[in-house]
Amino acid sequence: MTAAVGAAAGAATPGGPPPVPVEAVAGRRRRRLTPYLLLLPGGLWLLLFFVVPSVQLAGTSLYDRSGSLETGYSQTFAFVNYLDAIGAYWPHLLRSAGYAGIATVICLVLGYPLAYAIAHKAGRWRTLLLVCVIAPFFTTFLVRTLAWKSILSDNGPVVGVLRAVPFVPDDFRLLATPAAVVCGLVYNFLPFMVLPLYASLERLDGRLLEAAGDLYAKPVTTFRWVTLPLSMPGVVAGTLLTFIPAAGDYINAELLGTPNQYMVGNVIDSAFLVRLDYPQAAALSFLLMATILVMVLSYVRAAGTEEVV
Amino acid sequence: MAEDLVLTGVTKRFGTMTAVDELSLTVPQGSFFALLGASGCGKTTTLRMVAGLEEPSVGTIRLGDQDITALRPYRRPVNTVFQSYALFPHLDIGENIAFGLRRRGRRDVAAKVAEMLELVQLPGYEKRRPAQLSGGQQQRVALARALVNEPRVLLLDEPLGALDLKLRRQMQIELKRIQTEVGTTFLHVTHDQEEAMWMADTVAVMNEGRIEQQGAPTDIYEFPVNPFVSNFLGQSNLFAAEVAGRSGADLELTAHGARFAAPAARARSTEGRVWLGVRPEKVRLTAPGEPAPAGHNQVRGVLTDTCYAGVSTEYLLRTPWDQEMSVFSANQSAGEPLAPGTEVVAYWYPAHSFVLDRPAGSGDEVAQYAADPLGVAP
Repeated sequence: MTAAVGAAAGAATPGGPPPVPVEAVAGRRRRRLTPYLLLLPGGLWLLLFFVVPSVQLAGTSLYDRSGSLETGYSQTFAFVNYLDAIGAYWPHLLRSAGYAGIATVICLVLGYPLAYAIAHKAGRWRTLLLVCVIAPFFTTFLVRTLAWKSILSDNGPVVGVLRAVPFVPDDFRLLATPAAVVCGLVYNFLPFMVLPLYASLERLDGRLLEAAGDLYAKPVTTFRWVTLPLSMPGVVAGTLLTFIPAAGDYINAELLGTPNQYMVGNVIDSAFLVRLDYPQAAALSFLLMATILVMVLSYVRAAGTEEVV
Repeated sequence: MAEDLVLTGVTKRFGTMTAVDELSLTVPQGSFFALLGASGCGKTTTLRMVAGLEEPSVGTIRLGDQDITALRPYRRPVNTVFQSYALFPHLDIGENIAFGLRRRGRRDVAAKVAEMLELVQLPGYEKRRPAQLSGGQQQRVALARALVNEPRVLLLDEPLGALDLKLRRQMQIELKRIQTEVGTTFLHVTHDQEEAMWMADTVAVMNEGRIEQQGAPTDIYEFPVNPFVSNFLGQSNLFAAEVAGRSGADLELTAHGARFAAPAARARSTEGRVWLGVRPEKVRLTAPGEPAPAGHNQVRGVLTDTCYAGVSTEYLLRTPWDQEMSVFSANQSAGEPLAPGTEVVAYWYPAHSFVLDRPAGSGDEVAQYAADPLGVAP
């Protein structure tokens, strides 16, 4: 825009800079539009399938709950729906955040050494190992989780072995416990942790580690002051990619837990599809979104890597 | 002796490849020592073994009276300036320099960092990030980061390799000044022979994992031990020759049917098959058609190439036995350089010649043919 104005002024002022040819201005304007043209398809997609439904969902969450699908809903801006939802289901919200948080921490502890080994120690096995990390995705989420149901079942191999260990009670069980749900979450979301970690560790310059050693840092110290800070973008990306979908998951709680382990996803599922309480389901969805947003923002701030998000 | 760095019989193998072959080396305390060699000659591997980043397959490395061969890098009193600088991108300049001090729990970190930045002429740069600095500035920071630890030996791995020519000259002077100022032993690895000669007080020329020659730059340049060194450090004209006899302090040589003279004191071998060598800048050319002055070694030839380089003109001369000879002529007088195709006589003082051993088989490919050789003028 300024270029066009400048060109016009240049043409009008004798002795000023020579006028810029019209084609050049047009070309420059087209170049300036390029980023917006590139954004257009994605932007339209998000507008249609994210912004519009979100607004609609927000509207639904404020409907009068005495309505029904048959009688229709009336918009009464019933903010009380949110209070009702929190009052009735705060344990599920807490459980979602708690289970997802624990699962994310376990994924990080398992995934970091794994990603480091693949990036720096695997040599020619690197590609094969990466394929192994992704391999579970070739089976559907549902089947994988059902498989865990039989692995963790009372007459399954894991419980059988554990019960043989001294001091483990004979009625010890895993299925239908919080541990089983967390296990399922860890298993299902581990690749989302490993892949971003791998990407950032793979970029880590080995010469920096040598330099740290040369400057009196023991291996542990080198990890603390060089490796870890330089892989923080991967840590942040991995934890977000793990935590956010895990917090909204309901399949693991449904298949590996009992109603006592149900997460907010299960409640939303039943409110939408069983009880047909659309306003409450919508309100719970927004509460989940808000919970995740608050946790993510405070986490990103603590991790000190705003620029990566 | 007290703090000398001594490598004894050090060998490093990678699989079947021998990178460093029974190398022994003494770097005197406080010296500026250059390891000079082409890429792949084992000089960087040698440096990395001193730093502790590689372990020798055989041999010992001692620093003063301490055996450091198997010491982990973080326990060695040596620091390295890496070729890539390897500055920590997530730390600012101050913290990069302070890294080694903090790991060892030193006090007065800020003061020492400021002092170092002063030394490398980057005062007040503490808060900048490495990415905000130019290559030359990053190089200085890498130097400061190593020197601040007051190492007993500072290792420099091609530290100026990434800089452009002008900046490199400037940094060479700077490095020399800093070395004189702090008095630390510098072990400098480079493939740039000018850089090695310019800065170091001792140069070791490495080839295929071994040290070919070691000494003061002038000694190596003026009297190389073998053809490799004579052509790695500067250029040399080498003629396949044989020792014919002796007259006083001079050796009498025959080459391609002509007679030449060289001082016996500048001969690595005084009998049999030898190379007669002379540096291109020691050789002068006669004007076309004129004879060479008496008492000089001389070779007739035709100019095949003339390269005017401002301070000097570099000529290529084809000898009657079809060998190329290089002549550098300082442009001291006005006038056009000689044109290619001109017939001239190249001549030099016998005292500027040197004689190297020529094992059987080498140099025979040059035809023992001379239509009209000249040799020593009567």
